[in-house]
Amino acid sequence: MSLWSRWRRHRASLGGAEPLWREEFSVHGADERYVGRRQFAKFLVLTSLAMFVGNVWILLRGWLTGEPVFLPRPVAGLGELPVGGVKLFRYPGPEDPCILVRTGEDEYAAYSQKCTHLSCAVYYSHGENRLECPCHEGFFSVRDGRVLQGPPQRPLPRVVLERRGGALVAVGVSSHPEA
Amino acid sequence: MNPPSERRGLTAIDGALALIAILLIVQMWLLTATLESYLAGHHEGALPALILSGILFLACVGLYLFVRGLDREVRRR
Repeated sequence: MSLWSRWRRHRASLGGAEPLWREEFSVHGADERYVGRRQFAKFLVLTSLAMFVGNVWILLRGWLTGEPVFLPRPVAGLGELPVGGVKLFRYPGPEDPCILVRTGEDEYAAYSQKCTHLSCAVYYSHGENRLECPCHEGFFSVRDGRVLQGPPQRPLPRVVLERRGGALVAVGVSSHPEA
Repeated sequence: MNPPSERRGLTAIDGALALIAILLIVQMWLLTATLESYLAGHHEGALPALILSGILFLACVGLYLFVRGLDREVRRR
Protein backbone atom coordinates (compact mmCIF):
# COMPACT_ATOMS: atom_id res chain seq x y z
CA MET A 1 0.00 0.00 0.00
CA SER A 2 1.40 3.35 -0.96
CA LEU A 3 2.04 6.12 1.53
CA TRP A 4 -0.63 8.24 -0.13
CA SER A 5 -3.25 5.50 0.20
CA ARG A 6 -2.36 5.07 3.87
CA TRP A 7 -2.68 8.79 4.42
CA ARG A 8 -6.09 8.84 2.71
CA ARG A 9 -7.27 5.88 4.79
CA HIS A 10 -5.99 7.58 7.92
CA ARG A 11 -7.83 10.78 7.02
CA ALA A 12 -11.00 8.83 6.25
CA SER A 13 -10.81 7.04 9.62
CA LEU A 14 -10.59 10.43 11.30
CA GLY A 15 -13.59 11.63 9.36
CA GLY A 16 -11.52 13.99 7.24
CA ALA A 17 -12.81 14.80 3.78
CA GLU A 18 -10.85 14.49 0.52
CA PRO A 19 -8.93 17.70 -0.11
CA LEU A 20 -10.62 20.06 -2.51
CA TRP A 21 -7.69 20.12 -4.97
CA ARG A 22 -7.83 16.31 -5.17
CA GLU A 23 -11.46 16.42 -6.24
CA GLU A 24 -10.89 19.13 -8.81
CA PHE A 25 -7.86 17.52 -10.47
CA SER A 26 -8.85 14.27 -12.14
CA VAL A 27 -5.43 12.61 -12.18
CA HIS A 28 -5.42 8.84 -12.41
CA GLY A 29 -3.14 6.89 -10.13
CA ALA A 30 -1.89 4.53 -12.84
CA ASP A 31 -0.95 7.45 -15.06
CA GLU A 32 0.88 9.04 -12.15
CA ARG A 33 2.90 5.86 -11.68
CA TYR A 34 3.74 5.72 -15.41
CA VAL A 35 4.93 9.30 -15.51
CA GLY A 36 6.92 8.72 -12.34
CA ARG A 37 8.78 5.79 -13.89
CA ARG A 38 9.51 7.68 -17.08
CA GLN A 39 10.75 10.70 -15.17
CA PHE A 40 12.87 8.50 -12.95
CA ALA A 41 14.40 6.85 -16.03
CA LYS A 42 15.14 10.29 -17.44
CA PHE A 43 16.80 11.31 -14.18
CA LEU A 44 18.96 8.16 -14.21
CA VAL A 45 20.03 8.79 -17.81
CA LEU A 46 20.94 12.39 -16.99
CA THR A 47 22.99 11.14 -14.04
CA SER A 48 24.71 8.73 -16.43
CA LEU A 49 25.45 11.68 -18.72
CA ALA A 50 26.97 13.54 -15.76
CA MET A 51 29.24 10.55 -15.05
CA PHE A 52 30.32 10.52 -18.70
CA VAL A 53 31.03 14.27 -18.61
CA GLY A 54 33.12 13.65 -15.48
CA ASN A 55 35.23 11.13 -17.39
CA VAL A 56 35.61 13.60 -20.28
CA TRP A 57 36.77 16.25 -17.81
CA ILE A 58 39.39 13.92 -16.33
CA LEU A 59 40.73 13.08 -19.80
CA LEU A 60 40.83 16.72 -20.93
CA ARG A 61 42.56 17.77 -17.74
CA GLY A 62 45.16 15.06 -18.25
CA TRP A 63 45.75 16.19 -21.84
CA LEU A 64 45.91 19.89 -21.02
CA THR A 65 48.33 19.35 -18.16
CA GLY A 66 50.81 17.61 -20.45
CA GLU A 67 54.09 15.93 -19.59
CA PRO A 68 56.19 17.74 -16.96
CA VAL A 69 59.64 19.04 -17.86
CA PHE A 70 62.31 18.24 -15.30
CA LEU A 71 64.75 21.12 -15.18
CA PRO A 72 67.55 20.96 -12.58
CA ARG A 73 66.67 23.06 -9.57
CA PRO A 74 68.58 23.60 -6.31
CA VAL A 75 66.56 22.37 -3.35
CA ALA A 76 68.75 22.92 -0.31
CA GLY A 77 72.31 23.31 0.85
CA LEU A 78 74.08 20.17 2.07
CA GLY A 79 74.37 21.38 5.67
CA GLU A 80 71.16 23.31 5.71
CA LEU A 81 69.05 20.68 7.45
CA PRO A 82 69.78 18.81 10.68
CA VAL A 83 69.43 15.01 10.69
CA GLY A 84 65.70 14.33 10.71
CA GLY A 85 65.05 17.81 9.37
CA VAL A 86 62.54 18.51 6.66
CA LYS A 87 62.24 21.09 3.91
CA LEU A 88 59.27 21.61 1.65
CA PHE A 89 59.77 22.66 -1.94
CA ARG A 90 57.97 22.52 -5.29
CA TYR A 91 59.21 20.45 -8.19
CA PRO A 92 58.98 20.28 -11.20
CA GLY A 93 56.24 22.93 -11.31
CA PRO A 94 54.79 25.40 -8.81
CA GLU A 95 51.76 23.11 -8.34
CA ASP A 96 53.86 20.07 -7.35
CA PRO A 97 54.66 20.10 -3.62
CA CYS A 98 57.59 17.93 -2.53
CA ILE A 99 59.25 17.07 0.74
CA LEU A 100 62.97 16.71 1.41
CA VAL A 101 64.09 14.72 4.46
CA ARG A 102 67.60 14.38 5.80
CA THR A 103 67.51 10.75 6.91
CA GLY A 104 71.15 10.47 8.02
CA GLU A 105 74.44 12.33 8.26
CA ASP A 106 75.00 11.90 4.58
CA GLU A 107 71.59 10.71 3.39
CA TYR A 108 68.75 12.67 1.87
CA ALA A 109 65.44 11.58 0.38
CA ALA A 110 62.88 13.66 -1.46
CA TYR A 111 59.38 12.68 -2.53
CA SER A 112 56.27 14.19 -3.96
CA GLN A 113 54.18 15.39 -1.06
CA LYS A 114 50.95 14.25 -2.70
CA CYS A 115 49.68 10.99 -1.27
CA THR A 116 49.12 8.45 -4.06
CA HIS A 117 45.66 7.72 -2.67
CA LEU A 118 43.79 11.03 -2.89
CA SER A 119 46.55 13.63 -3.07
CA CYS A 120 46.53 14.73 0.57
CA ALA A 121 49.85 16.21 1.72
CA VAL A 122 52.12 13.71 3.47
CA TYR A 123 54.41 14.78 6.31
CA TYR A 124 57.48 13.27 7.91
CA SER A 125 57.03 11.57 11.26
CA HIS A 126 60.43 11.74 12.95
CA GLY A 127 59.43 9.34 15.74
CA GLU A 128 58.23 6.63 13.37
CA ASN A 129 60.77 7.52 10.66
CA ARG A 130 58.16 7.36 7.91
CA LEU A 131 56.03 9.60 5.76
CA GLU A 132 52.42 9.75 6.88
CA CYS A 133 49.24 10.84 5.18
CA PRO A 134 46.86 12.23 7.80
CA CYS A 135 43.72 11.84 5.66
CA HIS A 136 43.42 8.03 5.62
CA GLU A 137 46.49 6.94 7.57
CA GLY A 138 48.56 5.89 4.62
CA PHE A 139 52.19 5.37 5.64
CA PHE A 140 55.19 5.37 3.31
CA SER A 141 58.77 4.30 3.83
CA VAL A 142 61.14 7.24 3.98
CA ARG A 143 63.87 5.00 2.52
CA ASP A 144 62.25 4.23 -0.81
CA GLY A 145 58.72 5.66 -0.75
CA ARG A 146 56.93 2.30 -0.82
CA VAL A 147 53.60 1.85 0.94
CA LEU A 148 53.85 0.53 4.49
CA GLN A 149 50.19 0.71 5.42
CA GLY A 150 46.86 2.16 4.39
CA PRO A 151 44.76 2.64 1.28
CA PRO A 152 47.46 3.93 -1.15
CA GLN A 153 48.32 1.33 -3.77
CA ARG A 154 51.36 3.00 -5.30
CA PRO A 155 54.62 4.30 -3.85
CA LEU A 156 55.32 7.99 -3.52
CA PRO A 157 57.05 9.43 -6.60
CA ARG A 158 60.68 9.99 -5.69
CA VAL A 159 62.47 13.20 -6.57
CA VAL A 160 65.87 12.33 -8.01
CA LEU A 161 68.57 14.36 -6.28
CA GLU A 162 72.13 15.14 -7.30
CA ARG A 163 74.90 16.83 -5.35
CA ARG A 164 76.34 19.75 -7.20
CA GLY A 165 78.90 21.73 -5.28
CA GLY A 166 77.46 22.31 -1.86
CA ALA A 167 73.85 21.97 -2.88
CA LEU A 168 71.25 19.30 -3.48
CA VAL A 169 69.70 19.66 -6.91
CA ALA A 170 66.44 18.06 -8.04
CA VAL A 171 66.86 16.66 -11.55
CA GLY A 172 63.81 14.45 -12.09
CA VAL A 173 60.93 12.46 -10.63
CA SER A 174 60.66 8.69 -10.65
CA SER A 175 57.57 6.64 -9.80
CA HIS A 176 59.60 3.54 -9.05
CA PRO A 177 60.78 2.98 -5.49
CA GLU A 178 64.02 1.29 -6.56
CA ALA A 179 65.22 4.34 -8.51
CA MET B 1 -6.14 0.30 -21.17
CA ASN B 2 -5.93 -3.46 -21.05
CA PRO B 3 -4.87 -4.42 -17.48
CA PRO B 4 -2.73 -7.51 -18.40
CA SER B 5 -0.86 -5.58 -21.09
CA GLU B 6 -0.40 -2.71 -18.63
CA ARG B 7 1.04 -5.12 -16.07
CA ARG B 8 3.40 -6.59 -18.65
CA GLY B 9 4.43 -3.11 -19.72
CA LEU B 10 5.07 -2.05 -16.14
CA THR B 11 7.13 -5.18 -15.51
CA ALA B 12 9.24 -4.53 -18.59
CA ILE B 13 9.71 -0.89 -17.59
CA ASP B 14 10.71 -1.91 -14.06
CA GLY B 15 13.22 -4.36 -15.49
CA ALA B 16 14.67 -1.69 -17.78
CA LEU B 17 14.89 0.74 -14.84
CA ALA B 18 16.72 -1.85 -12.76
CA LEU B 19 19.19 -2.38 -15.62
CA ILE B 20 19.75 1.37 -15.94
CA ALA B 21 20.38 1.58 -12.19
CA ILE B 22 22.94 -1.25 -12.38
CA LEU B 23 24.72 0.41 -15.31
CA LEU B 24 24.75 3.67 -13.38
CA ILE B 25 26.36 2.05 -10.35
CA VAL B 26 29.07 0.57 -12.59
CA GLN B 27 29.58 4.00 -14.18
CA MET B 28 29.89 5.67 -10.75
CA TRP B 29 32.48 3.10 -9.69
CA LEU B 30 34.35 3.68 -12.96
CA LEU B 31 34.40 7.44 -12.44
CA THR B 32 35.66 7.20 -8.86
CA ALA B 33 38.36 4.67 -9.86
CA THR B 34 39.47 6.90 -12.75
CA LEU B 35 39.53 9.96 -10.51
CA GLU B 36 41.55 8.17 -7.87
CA SER B 37 44.02 6.98 -10.49
CA TYR B 38 44.21 10.48 -11.98
CA LEU B 39 44.84 12.10 -8.62
CA ALA B 40 47.64 9.60 -8.09
CA GLY B 41 49.26 10.92 -11.28
CA HIS B 42 48.32 8.04 -13.58
CA HIS B 43 46.63 9.50 -16.62
CA GLU B 44 46.86 6.46 -18.90
CA GLY B 45 43.59 4.95 -17.69
CA ALA B 46 41.49 8.02 -18.53
CA LEU B 47 40.85 7.20 -22.20
CA PRO B 48 39.72 3.55 -21.76
CA ALA B 49 37.54 4.69 -18.85
CA LEU B 50 36.01 7.40 -21.04
CA ILE B 51 35.21 4.90 -23.80
CA LEU B 52 33.66 2.47 -21.33
CA SER B 53 31.70 5.26 -19.67
CA GLY B 54 30.41 6.34 -23.09
CA ILE B 55 29.28 2.79 -23.87
CA LEU B 56 27.48 2.60 -20.53
CA PHE B 57 25.84 5.97 -21.17
CA LEU B 58 24.68 4.86 -24.62
CA ALA B 59 23.28 1.67 -23.08
CA CYS B 60 21.37 3.81 -20.58
CA VAL B 61 20.02 5.98 -23.41
CA GLY B 62 18.99 2.85 -25.31
CA LEU B 63 17.17 1.49 -22.29
CA TYR B 64 15.50 4.86 -21.74
CA LEU B 65 14.29 4.90 -25.35
CA PHE B 66 13.02 1.37 -24.82
CA VAL B 67 11.12 2.50 -21.71
CA ARG B 68 9.66 5.48 -23.55
CA GLY B 69 8.61 3.43 -26.57
CA LEU B 70 7.06 0.73 -24.42
CA ASP B 71 5.26 3.34 -22.35
CA ARG B 72 3.80 4.93 -25.47
CA GLU B 73 2.78 1.56 -26.87
CA VAL B 74 1.00 0.53 -23.69
CA ARG B 75 -0.74 3.89 -23.45
CA ARG B 76 -1.90 3.64 -27.05
CA ARG B 77 -3.69 0.31 -26.43
